[in-house]
Amino acid sequence: MTTQTNRMSVPPPAAQGFDLDVAWELHPSVSIRPEPFGALMYHFGNRRLSFLKTRQLLDVVNGLAAAPDARTACLEAGVDPAHLPALGRALASLAAGDLIRPKTTSTEEPA
Amino acid sequence: MTAVLEPATPAGFTPNPSKPATPSPGRLVDKFALGLDAPICLTWELTYACNLACVHCLSSSGRRDPRELTTAEAEAVIDELERMQVFYVNIGGGEPTVRPDFWHLVDYATEHHVGVKFSTNGVRINKEVAERLAKSDYVDVQISLDGATAEVNDYVRGAGSYDTAMRAMQNMYDAGFHGFKLSVVVTRQNVDQLDEFKAIADKYKAQLRLTRLRPSGRGADVWDELHLLAPQQKQLYDWLVANGEEVLTGDSFFHLAAFGDALPGLNLCGAGRVVCLIDPVGDVYACPFAIHDEFLAGNVRDEGGFKGVWQTSELFQELRQPQSGGACSSCQFFDSCRGGCMAAKFFTGLPLDGPDPECVRGFGESALDAVEGSVPKPSLDHSHKNPLRSQKLKKKPVALTLGVRPATGVVSAPPARGCDENPLAGFDPSAAGVRPPTRGCDENPLTGFTPQPGLETGSQAV
Repeated sequence: MTTQTNRMSVPPPAAQGFDLDVAWELHPSVSIRPEPFGALMYHFGNRRLSFLKTRQLLDVVNGLAAAPDARTACLEAGVDPAHLPALGRALASLAAGDLIRPKTTSTEEPA
Repeated sequence: MTAVLEPATPAGFTPNPSKPATPSPGRLVDKFALGLDAPICLTWELTYACNLACVHCLSSSGRRDPRELTTAEAEAVIDELERMQVFYVNIGGGEPTVRPDFWHLVDYATEHHVGVKFSTNGVRINKEVAERLAKSDYVDVQISLDGATAEVNDYVRGAGSYDTAMRAMQNMYDAGFHGFKLSVVVTRQNVDQLDEFKAIADKYKAQLRLTRLRPSGRGADVWDELHLLAPQQKQLYDWLVANGEEVLTGDSFFHLAAFGDALPGLNLCGAGRVVCLIDPVGDVYACPFAIHDEFLAGNVRDEGGFKGVWQTSELFQELRQPQSGGACSSCQFFDSCRGGCMAAKFFTGLPLDGPDPECVRGFGESALDAVEGSVPKPSLDHSHKNPLRSQKLKKKPVALTLGVRPATGVVSAPPARGCDENPLAGFDPSAAGVRPPTRGCDENPLTGFTPQPGLETGSQAV
């Protein structure tokens, strides 16, 4: 149960400088459920519940894996380009919580 | 209904505050209060059978109920939870691991994308089981202990139960399962041992989880003896503040918020809104601490199944309406305390829209003085008919009588019959574990929720 080591940690506040220009994907241990207000996400590795406050952000997250980079995923979800920095901060917080991760070709999960 | 989630205002994604991109004005907690299409998680007591007879058992467990869900019925419930995308279930009992199909159901749930956290007194957590559990990311384990010393623990949970729990934790540690939970119901007798509990948890690389004693089930019998005295409540509050997020609380203690800052959590009673209880016979209650007809919403065997109960039951619809603070409305701490725990009020005879019996401002005590007549009793009692050997071995008299609660009115427990599983079969009293103690609102998935103001996401440990 190596992935449990971070169960007790609190994800740091959104890291600066989320890279919108690389490909991201939902962490394979994360389950995501649409809700009227946005979505709930549950990470089976660290057992944390998270949420997205808008449906648009849900669309962005759902589109990450298929998009060549996060920026494209945002734009395809209808994000106003002027709001990209805000989306970047949102995605950074998800990355900090290990809910999304840089897309890899390897099947190995980061600890 | 007590609940608790952090006073959080989970950030909503509002790129342009004056013009939110999508709904979400207001606090997320307010949306949760109005209910979700499916619970985030729920408590599922798999059996009323238990090898122990803890004096404060919230479900008055002991004997198996012949009407308990069959394996096929339990699988059907899991199928439904999967369709509803319920993230995980908190499995308890009784002692769930004594159900012969327990491990099968755990596997079935995780194979169907429903995570499992189960509460146990440790009786079946041997080395082999611990090793197997350590291999799954989708199973979490909570071991119950209500005293940092055998003397304090066994008084409440039965002779030998301390050793059982410690052995289980050693097995978990040896198997490399780090981060399992050591779950403690805080009582008048163990509140001075919080540092010791923490040390035990640290020793086994477990995480300490403290929850509140509730006057539910047999807990009503020992409430007067075991619930915290006023100075102890402050002591607990200070300890929780000092230990922060390292210690989980299942959001049980939001009624302590009036001492100062709110503790981590959402301060929302999740009952019937984001959580609920499925009992061993399939009855669906608003919360694990409210096993009473008053809070019975339906049964998973009803037409429409669990989903039908969750989405359409009158009781749950009612709970999802904005609630009145009643006598507490004018209290400056109402926003974080929310009047405390519904079950604690109900089983002490207090009105649901008034103060909690343990209101830290003392309003509960005066309200209790005004209670007339008898207080509601649990609708079910599956307590052992006779004292267990682990209880007979006690040298010290237990202040309460176990298992002889008179069935007041309500449905009395089915008679002990041949088909009742004898939880003591082949049981070594010296290894007596205990049934999971009153779990706190751990059922409340938002426990420890950490809002990140300004962001459109939030998260919390559960």
